[in-house]
Amino acid sequence: MSSAPFRVQPALDDDNRFFWTSGADGRLRFLRCQACGYYLHPPLPRCPECGSRDVAPEAVSGRGEVYSYTVNHQPWDGGTEPYAIVIVTFPEQEGLRLTSNLVNCPPDDARIGLPVRAVFEQHGLVWFPLFEPT
Amino acid sequence: MTDVERRSIISGVGQSDVGRRLGRSGLDLTLDAALEAIADAGLTPADIDGIATYPGAGGGAGAGFSGPGTPEVQDALRLEVNWHTGGIEGAAQLAAVVNAVLAVSAGLARHVLVYRTVTESTEQGSGGRQGIGIGGGAGGGGGGGAPRMSGVMQWSIPFRAYSAANWLAMIAHRHFHEYGTTPEQMAMIAVNGRRNAGLNPKAVYRDPMTLDDYFASRMVTSPFRLYDCDAPVDGSTAVVVSVAGHASAVDHPVARVEAVGTALRGRPSWDQFDDLTTMAARDAGAQLWTRTDLKPADVDVAELYDGFSFLAMVWLEALGFCGKGESGPFVEGGHRIALDGELPLNTQGGQLSAGRLHGFGFIHEACLQLRGEAGDRQVGADVEVAAVANGGGPIAGALLLTRAG
Repeated sequence: MSSAPFRVQPALDDDNRFFWTSGADGRLRFLRCQACGYYLHPPLPRCPECGSRDVAPEAVSGRGEVYSYTVNHQPWDGGTEPYAIVIVTFPEQEGLRLTSNLVNCPPDDARIGLPVRAVFEQHGLVWFPLFEPT
Repeated sequence: MTDVERRSIISGVGQSDVGRRLGRSGLDLTLDAALEAIADAGLTPADIDGIATYPGAGGGAGAGFSGPGTPEVQDALRLEVNWHTGGIEGAAQLAAVVNAVLAVSAGLARHVLVYRTVTESTEQGSGGRQGIGIGGGAGGGGGGGAPRMSGVMQWSIPFRAYSAANWLAMIAHRHFHEYGTTPEQMAMIAVNGRRNAGLNPKAVYRDPMTLDDYFASRMVTSPFRLYDCDAPVDGSTAVVVSVAGHASAVDHPVARVEAVGTALRGRPSWDQFDDLTTMAARDAGAQLWTRTDLKPADVDVAELYDGFSFLAMVWLEALGFCGKGESGPFVEGGHRIALDGELPLNTQGGQLSAGRLHGFGFIHEACLQLRGEAGDRQVGADVEVAAVANGGGPIAGALLLTRAG
């Protein structure tokens, strides 16, 4: 594998820190309502479904499938190698999705419906959740 | 009770020079457009009692995106206004027009100057093309000093999805997957635009483009090639929104505001929206038809946002010109959307070939077509209804105009 590319970092705060550091133990987490079970993404202070304030990070399987994709050729950040950007959808909840990158395979392997699992790429304090084919 | 829309007209239109790297300030271009629009409306600056713009000074994204704020324009023209506004939130770029319509119908103003100014080409000229739309400049140059992302941008930029090109490319692929839409169909938006731009002296790209030319252009982010992406330009477009009664005081036909579409009912996110193949256009488009007795079949000309080719297809569906998922077959071959087709589309060349005047180019063109003043690209003498759409992804606004006078 080639070395990790440049990545713009998220600004960590009390609402998003759990998400961006979740990969330290190899698990992907979303905020979840402890009252009704709804996954909240992006994080919110209370559940939009039931109104409960009892929300907490909870690990998911990290398995999902590619909902859509693009293979980028434009050197926005100076990188000249094509790379695949994907939207991944998760079985835990209809409509729960993440934009990320498909890694550990040629970018042209990206296709809708491709089964994937989360892997993490550490840059300092942040563990970027990326996805590889299963 | 008259709906709020039908209390107002677009009494005048104006546009500065449009081009690549004009090297003039945004305020300078804005004054050209504003004075032309005010005179076209049969008015003088002393008559203008309202100002509205999108997005207003400091309104986000990259250099050259915002144009001057309303206080700068007020001062430069020494206007005395009863009402003014600028802002980036709302029904896409059309929000400025909608705000003016509301102000006029509420009696806060009688003649509102509305403008949109970009100098993206000049601003980007020295550093090369950095990006397309929001976020495009964030990672430029290897990024040692790149800012950390917060808010909604943290969910795309860290994954090297820097540009609306990337975000919309994924939406296009989903549309291809669900409905069998093809690159050859999508290409017709670009080819049609270029065909029309050849008849528009102000368009920035006027050389003929074939389907082969399209497929020879480089891939930016699949399925978008270079010719699927609009081009930054310098230019300012202005309109005057007036009380409806002013129509009789103008020496040309005017565009009557028939209906607006401003709704947003899904989650305002590029990846969480329930139906990624349409997003907010669905809601704004559907709402538009609830506010008029006219139907999609009544529309004579459609000026639909094409910051990326695929967006015009989204709007064709959202506004009911074809069924959901049927925009590919609708545009296939390009005959239906040609100047002599059943629904002439983006008659000035769209943003793909006439340049990214960022929404307002479509408003300007719709007014010219209604007035029969579109020169060689005029679709006929009897343009009575024009549809305008702005925006893409979670941002959408629609406008229906009719001819009066």
